[in-house]
Amino acid sequence: MQADTTTQTLDINGERRTVCFPSHHTLLEVLREECGLTGTKHGCELGECGACTVLVDGEAVLSCLVLTAEVGERPIETVEGLQDGNALHPLQTTFADLGAAQCGYCTPGILMAAKSLLAHNAAPSRPEIREALSGNLCRCTGYHKIVEAVEGASVLLRGEAWEPEAETIYGHDVDS
Amino acid sequence: MIRLPPFAYRRPTDLADAAAMLAGEGPETRLVAGGTDLWPNLKRRHQQASTVISLMGIQGLAGVEETEDGGLRIGATTPLSTVADHPVVRWRYPGLSRAIDSISSPPLRNMGTIGGNLCVDTRCTYYNQSEEWRRSINYCMKAAGEICWVAPSSPRCWAHSASDSAPMLAALEAEVELVSTRGSRRIPLPQMYQDDGIEYLAKQPDEILTTIYLPATSDAAHCRSSFWKLRRRGSIDFAVMSTATTLWLDGHGRVERAAIYLGAVASFPKPADKAVERLIGEIPTPELLDQVSELARRKATPMDNTDFQAQWRKAVAGKYIRAALREALGMDPELLAPKHQAGGTPTS
Ligand SMILES: Cc1cc2nc3c(=O)[nH]c(=O)nc-3n(C[C@H](O)[C@H](O)[C@H](O)COP(=O)(O)OP(=O)(O)OC[C@H]3O[C@@H](n4cnc5c(N)ncnc54)[C@H](O)[C@@H]3O)c2cc1C
Ligand code: SF4
Ligand code: FES
Ligand code: FES
Repeated sequence: MQADTTTQTLDINGERRTVCFPSHHTLLEVLREECGLTGTKHGCELGECGACTVLVDGEAVLSCLVLTAEVGERPIETVEGLQDGNALHPLQTTFADLGAAQCGYCTPGILMAAKSLLAHNAAPSRPEIREALSGNLCRCTGYHKIVEAVEGASVLLRGEAWEPEAETIYGHDVDS
Repeated sequence: MIRLPPFAYRRPTDLADAAAMLAGEGPETRLVAGGTDLWPNLKRRHQQASTVISLMGIQGLAGVEETEDGGLRIGATTPLSTVADHPVVRWRYPGLSRAIDSISSPPLRNMGTIGGNLCVDTRCTYYNQSEEWRRSINYCMKAAGEICWVAPSSPRCWAHSASDSAPMLAALEAEVELVSTRGSRRIPLPQMYQDDGIEYLAKQPDEILTTIYLPATSDAAHCRSSFWKLRRRGSIDFAVMSTATTLWLDGHGRVERAAIYLGAVASFPKPADKAVERLIGEIPTPELLDQVSELARRKATPMDNTDFQAQWRKAVAGKYIRAALREALGMDPELLAPKHQAGGTPTS
């Protein structure tokens, strides 16, 4: 079947881009293939892993199951838009400082889901963080560092001081 | 990349236009709302589509508002998260918020709609697999194949309902409005379904679900409701079994009216009639609830077509039904709350 095409101006990370794409392509395909924004990862492509999470209108959605033609002019945010010039977003800072990313494949999706959480809730509890990230699978970290990093970023975003907790092994200081 | 197959894409802004586009078309013209069920099904080639008509551009099809008779109307394309988080729903219909909070994961609930959830395809272990996997077993009756792998001598498909809002809305005596070029009709939700894994909707293919109506008498001031869902993980997974309960008590604590529906054990939300009959007119005691749960459990005759063993599911169904009933009545459910319920306010 000859595929319909759509030409549309998308608002990605505050930049307007006119893109022509097959009408049946998902936002994940258009971001990665038409826009060259490969920060958004593809995992299951069926809604089960969260690797492809981006924000549309500030809400976390799975780009593998969003038809680009449905997005219209609503603002899209991807991981590429997180940092401001050379300054990392607080989430990126705390993820790096704590080692909350290991292989890093799940990280862009988790950062975006976390960004949406912090926009709605400036001081989330750990259960609230876990709930907000419960659509994002990570095979490496065991999640604990991720939860701590999101909590740390919420502290930084509130303008308060934050230091990563000292590493311990079974309660003993790692460095001693 | 698993890509969608090419299709013609239509996005009407008017309900009458959408109904006209759908009228007289075959099964390859499909409606889409949030797409969280249709897109995976097209990607894995479970379903085919030559034309897809999106409902998301239609004015007035989304939203939650209280009606003049004190009930609630919910537009079909309202995202699940909007329904569950709506203050009136949380306050007056907490069972519905609880059922919706148990669906999929937070981003999927921002995308999926309540109408799509009520029309969601039935599921089965032999069906919800990749194209290669299904080809290797020569498919099955539900799509492209000849026999049913769950019950090979059976002339029918036993795929089960996947919707978590359906059993709860049925127990809350919800009605739905269906619109086509032939007119519109309003029916009790259970009448939208039938007992077949393939043709699970009694709704006609050209009918668009537009509105869900909740009566005033189903709100927290009039009844107590509860929803429990069994699944392997606390998020993302579909129900392996669920139970939705609503109890209307008189001033003396006697059960005037009750509803118990089971999810994921048949192609439709399955009513537990005998269990309900046993409850009516009684003041519920723990012993009575044990009997009632046993009667309801007999209605759960799951086939071996989900995660977990069928026998185990059946046994656990009794415990979940009992927990839901006890919880609705303010007793200790005596069962660890499933993860999605942590911290939530369970009963009305
Ligand atoms: C990983 C994953 C986990 C999931 N877990 C759950 C779960 O735990 N519980 C659960 O209930 N669901 C689950 N789902 C299924 C799905 O996300 C939800 O059921 C969702 O609510 C479907 O809504 P939608 O708007 O996205 O449907 P769509 O995909 O848009 O539509 C679903 C079907 O309904 C039809 N349809 C949609 N709207 C209408 C309408 N207004 N009138 C007539 N027909 C219509 C479509 O043609 C299609 O056949 C899961 C999905 C995924 C991918
Ligand atoms: S119940 Fe049988 S026919 Fe239906 S999907 Fe499963 S294997 Fe296929
Ligand atoms: S790639 Fe989208 S959820 Fe896995
Ligand atoms: S860091 Fe490897 S999957 Fe999360």
